[in-house]
Amino acid sequence: MKILVAVKRVVDFNVRIQVKADGSGVASDGVKMSMNPFDEIAVEEALRLKEAGKAEEVIAITIGPKASQEQLRTALAMGADRAIHVETDEDIQPLTAARILNAIIDKEEPKIVMLGKQAIDDDNNQTAQMLAALANWPQATFASQLEVDGDVANVTREVDAGLETIAVDLPAVISADLRLNEPRYVKLPDIMKAKRKPIDTFTLADLGVEAAASVKVLKTSAPATRQAGIKVETVDELVVALKERGLF
Amino acid sequence: MTKVLIIAEHDGKHINGSTARAVTCAQGLSAESVEIAVFAAEGTALAEQAATLSGVTKVLLIENPANEHALAAVLAPQIEVLASEYSHVLAPSTTFGKDLTPRIAAHLGVPQISDIMRVESPRIFDRPIYAGNAIVTVEAPAGIVVATVRTASFSEAETTGSATIEKREVNIELPSHTRFVKLETSGGGDRPDLQAATKVVSGGRGVGSKDNFNVIYSLADKLGAAVGASRAAVDAGFIPNDHQVGQTGKIIAPELYMAFGISGAIQHLAGIKDAGTIVAINKDPDAPIFEVADFGLVGDLFEIIPELEKALA
Repeated sequence: MKILVAVKRVVDFNVRIQVKADGSGVASDGVKMSMNPFDEIAVEEALRLKEAGKAEEVIAITIGPKASQEQLRTALAMGADRAIHVETDEDIQPLTAARILNAIIDKEEPKIVMLGKQAIDDDNNQTAQMLAALANWPQATFASQLEVDGDVANVTREVDAGLETIAVDLPAVISADLRLNEPRYVKLPDIMKAKRKPIDTFTLADLGVEAAASVKVLKTSAPATRQAGIKVETVDELVVALKERGLF
Repeated sequence: MTKVLIIAEHDGKHINGSTARAVTCAQGLSAESVEIAVFAAEGTALAEQAATLSGVTKVLLIENPANEHALAAVLAPQIEVLASEYSHVLAPSTTFGKDLTPRIAAHLGVPQISDIMRVESPRIFDRPIYAGNAIVTVEAPAGIVVATVRTASFSEAETTGSATIEKREVNIELPSHTRFVKLETSGGGDRPDLQAATKVVSGGRGVGSKDNFNVIYSLADKLGAAVGASRAAVDAGFIPNDHQVGQTGKIIAPELYMAFGISGAIQHLAGIKDAGTIVAINKDPDAPIFEVADFGLVGDLFEIIPELEKALA
């Protein structure tokens, strides 16, 4: 079976982002970009399924500008067999991303589509669920454990109440949570090898996908910051301060 | 006409407090009606609880054995059938709502707004991005507004209401491709729920081990507090995942948040921004948690906690 893994190019998780003074967005010039960390976990899980003999091919896909190919190269260096780049300079929101991935499902007929549960830029947490709806497939979101057994995946999900296990018939969409695995480090020879792996490029028009109506961003602002408080020297001082606020 | 439908979150016995917070958000939409849909196998008692939430005009009860567990693939097509009567469909931004709501939006062919933190108008909202390090004001396009509500931004609605309850049947074929197997909860005992607690005592990597976490539980019990944790503590296996606070865990707004041995990564701080008072105890005087703490104390948590307990005795 084939596994399709969707990855997104985002501002690296270590960057302290800056809101532009004119409210037009977040500064991105010269900022380090990386693969969304949740997507890296999704890639790793797909590769482990292949290594366990449960899948024959892992295909990485991204949607975005030319530079997003860097993230595809990372996925290929990790071990993906080939990649698909849906090239666009437009801001692609989750519903449109789901439509694009659904069009790729029709072409590639994977048994599993893996995604990170959310991208750490927009924090939307939508694309996997929307794709599952459009494809009319089961979804298993926030996965922290995945066992594929024939045509069924047993997925343990991190939910507010604890750990929920569901069984989904394949094909299915699965979104990765933090504790699903620890992604491997990419070694230099793998990076060299990845350069020879194929990347197919499509536009939205090639795929016959129309962008969905989008949520319009009116402005971007910096959040209200908490005032740094005081350092107390002793436990007694802390207790007095908390008692004054009626908290202790 | 603004007509709101809120999808209730529950565990089969109780309506989750996050539902009451979504009701408060809906009240800011100047709606003609605010209705709650309760999907359950047998839900009379749940519907009665939902009916007490102030500002709710009607409770729809959709009973079906298939609705015993909240499976998005099973609930979403039923909500799609109901949605045509409404201008807004809301759910709390908990793992329940995050799983379900995008599936509804995609069925309806509309985008979703995640994590509403402020209502400016029935179509314009504030929501956080980059773990809360930027706030965007967004406008929903024409069509039904489908959104999740950031629960820490809204208080729970009062329970002085008495809405009517209406049983509904949704006669469509439901998928069987998704099946509930089991739910393992860490069983917090008598401790308050992390998302509803007024006080939270939280531990991080600095706590050091699963056994050492007993000091955190002990102080929490003396304070009547819930227990939280940083991602590092959960990853290390000190405490189960349902205690994690932060960008990808729970976003909470207690009156008191006490952080022990938590350095304060931005992903963790995203979960506690709305806390009333933050207390940080850490050995490292340069830990970033001190930048947001109202009261910081540099020191060894294993010496400080017994002293705090003594002060409480």
